[in-house]
Amino acid sequence: MEFLRPATWREALEAQANHPGAVPIAGGTDVMVELNFGRNRPPALVDLTAVDELAEWSTVDGEIRIGATMSYTKIIAELAEELPGLAMAARTVGSPQIRNRGTAVGNLGAASPAGDSHPPLLATGATVEADSVRGSRDIRIEEFYLGVKRKALEPDELIRAIRVPAKRGPQQFSKIGTRNAMVIAVCSFGIALNTLDRTVGTGIGSAAPTPRHAGDAEEFLAGNLPWDDRDPVPDGVARRFGELVADAAVPIDDVRGPARYRTHALSVMARRTLGWAWEEYRCA
Amino acid sequence: MTAPTNLESTTSGGVGDSPQRPDGTRKVKGEFAYSSDLWHDDMLWGATLRSPHPHAGITAIDIGEALATPGVHAVLTHDDVPGVRYYGLDHPDQPVLAIDRVRYQGEPVALVAAEHPEVARRAINKIGVHYQVLEPLTDPRRAAFDASAPRLHEHGNVVRHQPVRVGDVQKARAEADVVVQGEYQIGMQDQAFLGPESGLAVPAEDGGVDLYVATQWMHVDLRQIAPCLGLPEDKVRMTLSGVGGAFGAREDLSMQVHAAMLALHTGRPIKIVYNREESFYGHVHRHPAIMRYEHGATRDGKLVYAKAETILDGGAYTSSTANVVGNAASLGVGPYEVPNVEIDAYGVYTNNPPCGAMRGFGAVQACYAYESQMDKLAAALDMHPLDVRRVNAVSEGSKLATGQLVDTPAPLAEMLRRLKNIPLPDPTDNSDIRNLPGGVSNTTHGEGVRRGVGYGVGLKNICFSEGFDDYSTARVRLEVIGGEPAALVHTAAAEVGQGLVTLQAQIARTELGIERVTIAPADTQIGDAGSSSASRQSYMTGGAVKTACEAVRASLFGRAAARFGLPEEDLSLIGGKLISARAGVLVALADFLGDEVIEEVREYHHRPTTQVDPTTGQGDSHTQLALCVHRAVVDVDVELGLLKVVELSAVQDVGKILNRTSLEGQIHGGTAQGLGLAVMEEIQLSEGKLRNPSFTDYLIPTILDMPPMRLDILENADPHAPYGLRGAGEPSTLSSTPAIAAAIRDATGLSLPRVPVRPDDLTPTS
Ligand SMILES: Cc1cc2nc3c(=O)[nH]c(=O)nc-3n(C[C@H](O)[C@H](O)[C@H](O)COP(=O)(O)OP(=O)(O)OC[C@H]3O[C@@H](n4cnc5c(N)ncnc54)[C@H](O)[C@@H]3O)c2cc1C
Repeated sequence: MEFLRPATWREALEAQANHPGAVPIAGGTDVMVELNFGRNRPPALVDLTAVDELAEWSTVDGEIRIGATMSYTKIIAELAEELPGLAMAARTVGSPQIRNRGTAVGNLGAASPAGDSHPPLLATGATVEADSVRGSRDIRIEEFYLGVKRKALEPDELIRAIRVPAKRGPQQFSKIGTRNAMVIAVCSFGIALNTLDRTVGTGIGSAAPTPRHAGDAEEFLAGNLPWDDRDPVPDGVARRFGELVADAAVPIDDVRGPARYRTHALSVMARRTLGWAWEEYRCA
Repeated sequence: MTAPTNLESTTSGGVGDSPQRPDGTRKVKGEFAYSSDLWHDDMLWGATLRSPHPHAGITAIDIGEALATPGVHAVLTHDDVPGVRYYGLDHPDQPVLAIDRVRYQGEPVALVAAEHPEVARRAINKIGVHYQVLEPLTDPRRAAFDASAPRLHEHGNVVRHQPVRVGDVQKARAEADVVVQGEYQIGMQDQAFLGPESGLAVPAEDGGVDLYVATQWMHVDLRQIAPCLGLPEDKVRMTLSGVGGAFGAREDLSMQVHAAMLALHTGRPIKIVYNREESFYGHVHRHPAIMRYEHGATRDGKLVYAKAETILDGGAYTSSTANVVGNAASLGVGPYEVPNVEIDAYGVYTNNPPCGAMRGFGAVQACYAYESQMDKLAAALDMHPLDVRRVNAVSEGSKLATGQLVDTPAPLAEMLRRLKNIPLPDPTDNSDIRNLPGGVSNTTHGEGVRRGVGYGVGLKNICFSEGFDDYSTARVRLEVIGGEPAALVHTAAAEVGQGLVTLQAQIARTELGIERVTIAPADTQIGDAGSSSASRQSYMTGGAVKTACEAVRASLFGRAAARFGLPEEDLSLIGGKLISARAGVLVALADFLGDEVIEEVREYHHRPTTQVDPTTGQGDSHTQLALCVHRAVVDVDVELGLLKVVELSAVQDVGKILNRTSLEGQIHGGTAQGLGLAVMEEIQLSEGKLRNPSFTDYLIPTILDMPPMRLDILENADPHAPYGLRGAGEPSTLSSTPAIAAAIRDATGLSLPRVPVRPDDLTPTS
């Protein structure tokens, strides 16, 4: 196995193009597990951590641009204000060691339905920047996930960054696990209120073959929240929102929990996170 | 010469102190050498092919392609076992390599030795095994009672049925004002040690083999390994390597015979290291149990009878199932006085993974059932759960269900009183979500959270029971090194993380009044130490070291008495000096010893026990009994079924605190393992196959799951034990599980007959 450590983004793209089957590696917290178990034997690894700029974030046209090797630890420390939903999700990932190495872009690369970054990225309408020697393109987050561990990247493409609109209202993230830390999601939920144009974003994790929106729930809620007078969310609205979120999921039974529990938990998380987000809006 | 003053305190690091563990810093820094770190320059790597089927016949094994792989030095099957082809802890029924049938998923079928671990791993996949898949027997109740079930072993599917009969339960039923019943279940828990099965086998010039492995009991390994290799025991020399946890899982053999076979066959040292997934297949687990209990009591809470049927799933092979059944039977009603008892405990064979020793050993399962029953009884009588336990509590002078007299302190009522007096924790501080169910996963800010309180009481036998001649051996050598008196302590006892190495040195310091003590590596060049299990090593190997030190001291005093013309009874060793009660300091020990070396080897046996009667279960089967009681406070998010154990308090009687730091560690650790069983730890099976053989999905508690503990440790000495100590490694594992389950029941009002309790057991969807 070849180990390539490009020093610039251009070299990285060339390495990826010139080594068919090469696997990019950021924090390695997924890649190394796969290698250890012998599930994957790539001809080459392209280590992106020597491309310094990728570990940083910047603001571009009202969007936060998260570099491909920026760790969860850094997201929590530096982006809690701008991207509270993603920072909350990052805080639930693994252990401190995993958060020090692991990245949100790696989470996208792995494209596991259980990845914790997905719900907040979906809820906020993020964009994935895919690059190759052939050029670059933007992929809307909801078009990125194709199936279990399958994603809309060509073999020679690398993700350079994720762009996430800066906070336009309260955001929340909630995740079910059977222990209180260091746990893969049984299911998860993210919500982002856009108080400027009065829309709602959602993201469901670990309850369908891919992370997904709860479209009907978003529409229903946007139309039924008391945006003007900032009253408490009527019970019926919160309950209906929870039901619609649960309806959007197609969970399975597996070792982590039965489908019916996932559906139930999603509706509870949806109601609660809405409550917290709305409370923040009311008090703002 | 001056008269001695305050000489007691001049030897530090002795019994009662908490000296630092010699392995502590290295373990924390990652510098400690575990068995998986062993290395030999020209070694080969061994790998094991395992059965993918829980039950199948084997019609042929084709090794040609694997053997032809470059870098492969050997491919071995059952045909290549040099000696006896079966081994077993109690009963040799487990094939070294499968012969014509496999009885569990993961059963070893063939071995490969290769230049590189990767080559070995790939080569095992090139071995062609022709299986004829058979229907697996996975229902333990069926195994116990259905004669039409497939027979997994010649003698049938029941390993042991142990009844216990006292009085007349039929008659007593009529006297009961209340009767409570329940069926309880325990899932399959794993020991989940961190250091996987591993070791190194080095072929020796004399045709024998030197084995470096992480194990719990070298001599019982040796007694199984040597016959399989067709070698006399003295040609198989074992040395203990760094053990990364055990909890019972290393009591059975794993890679020992396999590595030795490959080493003898290739003439090269062989290293075998299981990875995490293989480790789940490579060791026994805790017996899952199905337990039907019925208790009858008078209106004031006095038990009049108890009836129990317990089925323990032993999986494919015998391992220690018979002894686990023995505990589940003899301790089946716990530390309560019950005048009429009818217990039937069964251990059975199935095609589930083999089960054997795990911390608590049969007593854990029983404790969960009888404690759940005590809570049911309290509820039925509208009594406080502690009161119903108190009115039935054993004490010194009580009789166990086996008829055995409790002849040492057993102050259960007092322990319950003390537990009640421990202040309850404050209400949850919701401002930090780490305090709430779900923690940083941010599932509640207080919504749906209800608090519950529960209690648990456990009774554990310490040391080996049922007539086993249980002993340990120690060699102690006293000599002057670099002008200082120094002792060397040598045993075959396994340090598995519990702190035995530290304790052995403490004992030598106290007994010999010196500070410099070295612990020799544990190996089989000395007599048996017995297993590091059954909470027995402080008692047994501690006892052996103490006895050997006493012998060294006696020999020394004999010489000193002659030289100084003083009576031996007058002499003592303190602070490196020989002291006379009358005459004060006689001489520095170093000067007195000069070039002389005093060395003694002693065996230490505990009070003999008897077998129990096969039909009535009566007998004095235990040598020592230990009690622990827990109170659990749990916050449950009743809408999501997530929970946070807020606090665990425990009262345990240990007879004598030998090392408070180690002791508290044992109580914390045992409690955490009980917490794991209560709320998360389970090997999930489907038709005999493991569904979660990894730490991604076999969850053990983290620091955010395990709460702080308040401990109240009592020291009511057992006069039969060294220093009056009572084994302390296991009791806390028993009582924490039912205490937590009870607290969850208290918070939710649900009956929760099964542990581990899962979120979906607690939510309206189930
Ligand atoms: C102990 C442990 C606990 C964990 N807990 C969690 C958890 O709680 N929640 C969770 O979501 N995940 C968890 N994970 C999984 C993992 O940590 C996350 O998926 C993490 O986000 C991966 O990031 P990484 O940088 O380490 O990715 P890597 O392992 O480096 O890469 C992951 C995938 O992305 C690809 N990739 C990396 N960079 C790029 C790029 N620039 N362009 C295209 N493809 C790329 C890789 O080829 C690979 O397929 C855990 C893992 C471990 C080992």
